[in-house]
Amino acid sequence: MELDPLLLSRLQFAFVVSFHAIFPVFTIGLASYIALINGLFYVTKNPDWSRLAYFWTKVFAVAFGMGVVSGVVMSFQFGTNWSNFAYAASNFLGPVLTYEVITAFFLEAAFLGVLLFGRNKVPPAAYLFSAIMVAVGTFISSFWILSANSWMHTPAGYEMINGMVHVTSWSQAIFNPSFIYRFAHMVVASFLTGGFVVAGVSAWYLLRQRDVAANRRALSMCLWLLLVLTPLQAFIGDLHGINTLEHQPTKVAAMEGNWETQARAPLLIVAGIDQDAQENSWELAIPGLASLILKHDVNGVVPGLTEVSPDEQPNVLAVFWAFRVMVGLGFLMIAVALIGVVLNLRGRLYNTTWYQRLLLPMIAAPFIAVLAGWIVTEVGRSPWLIHNVMTHEQGVTPSLGGGTALFSLLGYMLVYGVVFSAGIYYLTRVVRHGMQAEPEQPSSSLEEFERPARPLSAADVTFDDRTDTQGA
Amino acid sequence: MEMFDFTLIWAALIGFGIMMYILLDGFDLGVGILYPFAPDEASRDVMMNSVAPIWDGNETWLIMGGAGLWAAFPLVYSVFLPALYIGVFLMLAGLIFRGVAFEFRFKSSAKTRRWWNLSFFLGSSVASFAQGAVVGAYIQGFETENKVFVGGALDWLTPFTVMTGFGLMAGYALLGATWVILKTEGEVRTWAYGIANKLLWLVLAVFLAISVWTPTVNAAVFERWFGHLNIIWILPALVAFFAYQLWRSLRQHNDTRPFVMTLGIFMFTYLGLVVSKWPVIVPPDYTLWDAASAPESQLFLLLGFLFVLPIVLAYTTWTYWVFRGKVRPDAGYH
Repeated sequence: MELDPLLLSRLQFAFVVSFHAIFPVFTIGLASYIALINGLFYVTKNPDWSRLAYFWTKVFAVAFGMGVVSGVVMSFQFGTNWSNFAYAASNFLGPVLTYEVITAFFLEAAFLGVLLFGRNKVPPAAYLFSAIMVAVGTFISSFWILSANSWMHTPAGYEMINGMVHVTSWSQAIFNPSFIYRFAHMVVASFLTGGFVVAGVSAWYLLRQRDVAANRRALSMCLWLLLVLTPLQAFIGDLHGINTLEHQPTKVAAMEGNWETQARAPLLIVAGIDQDAQENSWELAIPGLASLILKHDVNGVVPGLTEVSPDEQPNVLAVFWAFRVMVGLGFLMIAVALIGVVLNLRGRLYNTTWYQRLLLPMIAAPFIAVLAGWIVTEVGRSPWLIHNVMTHEQGVTPSLGGGTALFSLLGYMLVYGVVFSAGIYYLTRVVRHGMQAEPEQPSSSLEEFERPARPLSAADVTFDDRTDTQGA
Repeated sequence: MEMFDFTLIWAALIGFGIMMYILLDGFDLGVGILYPFAPDEASRDVMMNSVAPIWDGNETWLIMGGAGLWAAFPLVYSVFLPALYIGVFLMLAGLIFRGVAFEFRFKSSAKTRRWWNLSFFLGSSVASFAQGAVVGAYIQGFETENKVFVGGALDWLTPFTVMTGFGLMAGYALLGATWVILKTEGEVRTWAYGIANKLLWLVLAVFLAISVWTPTVNAAVFERWFGHLNIIWILPALVAFFAYQLWRSLRQHNDTRPFVMTLGIFMFTYLGLVVSKWPVIVPPDYTLWDAASAPESQLFLLLGFLFVLPIVLAYTTWTYWVFRGKVRPDAGYH
């Protein structure tokens, strides 16, 4: 088989960005959660909140560090593998992505150190303020990233001069038509991810009768949050889908598995996608429902994939099934949140062990749903790299050979495999180590705090069983 | 031309950023390169402690420089990265491995520590070599057509770039050794004096080789140095002066001066390189102005940069101030 540098570059980008995305999607939600429980502690003075905040800040430190390490590769990949694209779009994407970088540094320089190391060394109000600023900073970071990404789906506020993008309106370009939907969808996804991780870990502790009081609080509060957030996410997703229908109808047709433009389009629950034949070999469908959802009218006309020629269609199989994975997990998350709140209201949440056990695998659900969602939107826009402006084929680095691309793809798999196995292994150790009481005497003087330090060093758990004997 | 020439402002900003990166990350990469040669495990603890609180701040400059290049000089970004594809991969892999080693070495037992030591050494060495090869490739130039790189994946790998790769490794190791002299006491420092002296001769030999080699392979550089611009000879003269001062201060077992003198060598060598090529940024054909992005984009980002740069500088200064003085074996960073 001949090695195709275009395909390999797409695989490499997908691999690196997926690996990277796992961490920010979790830390963005967790940062807000930490700010929230610090706020609750500030108001109620209940030490349970403080213990929870202390523990989850350690987890945040490790996940944040991993996100930064994997993000460095991202900032070079546009140039190494997509140099034509990077050059053509540099006037917009260069400044926007650089703003993300400097926002992140500003955040780290100013507030992260206080959040991670300043717990007993600054006034409570200043500490709470830092926690809030870190949460705000993660939103600003994702604001820039999603603006850049949305612009590639729905470019606006620019003109092309000699094959290069020139920005004519920064506000139209940054707040391009799909931006606000994508941003809202992603922020709520981060909240859901943080929520299910906290719920799952709390349940894990409760099953082992560790730190019962604090973890009951955490679990109960999480379930109430998830009860609101899970249906809200479905609602935002629907709005996002309708926006996509307007700007990228072919993507929606691939999500629906809909080949022909038709009124009373059915909603396919599952189907046998046959892209060669440009039809489905079999379908399980609810008549008229796709038209009802997308056009809010059973007789609405929904465009099909055959509106464009087959070489302008994305890989329908991948988009169709990734969409079903995302939506299916979304409904599952709604159901789990609902059951939890019902149990809670009946006072049976803390002694229903099957439910607590169910929450453990549910930790994976939001991560898988997020990755599936990104597969839907990113695979769904192909062959376009910038919608209706530049294809993947035009954007890829012309000098790149198949062997070179394979070398770096395998290399990144190896590097990330080793490094992130170590990181995730360490995260599980932090959790198993448990919610220690805060150090009695805040490790010495003011001078200690004045040392700025890296995020990961906020976690004091050992990497292997050297001193673990005094662990909980 | 616009009211302000943003291209010049950005050239100064990014030039400054790259110099900060070379000087700052240079010494902590150098500490990694010297790691296997340290006298014992206790020395390694001290050496790592001397850079642990600051290395990630040092790497900030690399990311800022990389992102800033895309925004301000996209042609550099879109030609250098494809041309140096494999080198960039090796550099990033090296930096990731050593970054993780920093975090986990302190948290591990003696058994797994060996692996983090190795990871720290290899990561630092590979990243340094790759950066040195990038410098060499920049001097060599790139094969382009219509502003697109059209050469092969291994064009950058020549005897010349292998030499600049090892040359920068030696240079970083010298920075690292003089940093260790600055920050430590006792046996480690004694060892560092010895190795710094050897490295100085190695570095001078490489610099001399590059200085002779470059103008002979590159007519434009030859013309620059042997044309009418005699004033620029002050740069190599300053390098020689700092090298002599370094040699003296090493003999006198001075604490601070070796590091300062090595910074001087690096700074004026860097300026010498800039002078050799100015204003060509994507050799041999494209100048800074050919490579620049649109003025409105340069301005848009400049506003954010001018806001954040002072904060990063203040933070960097403060970090170094807090960690001033000698690192002692008992006062571990963690």
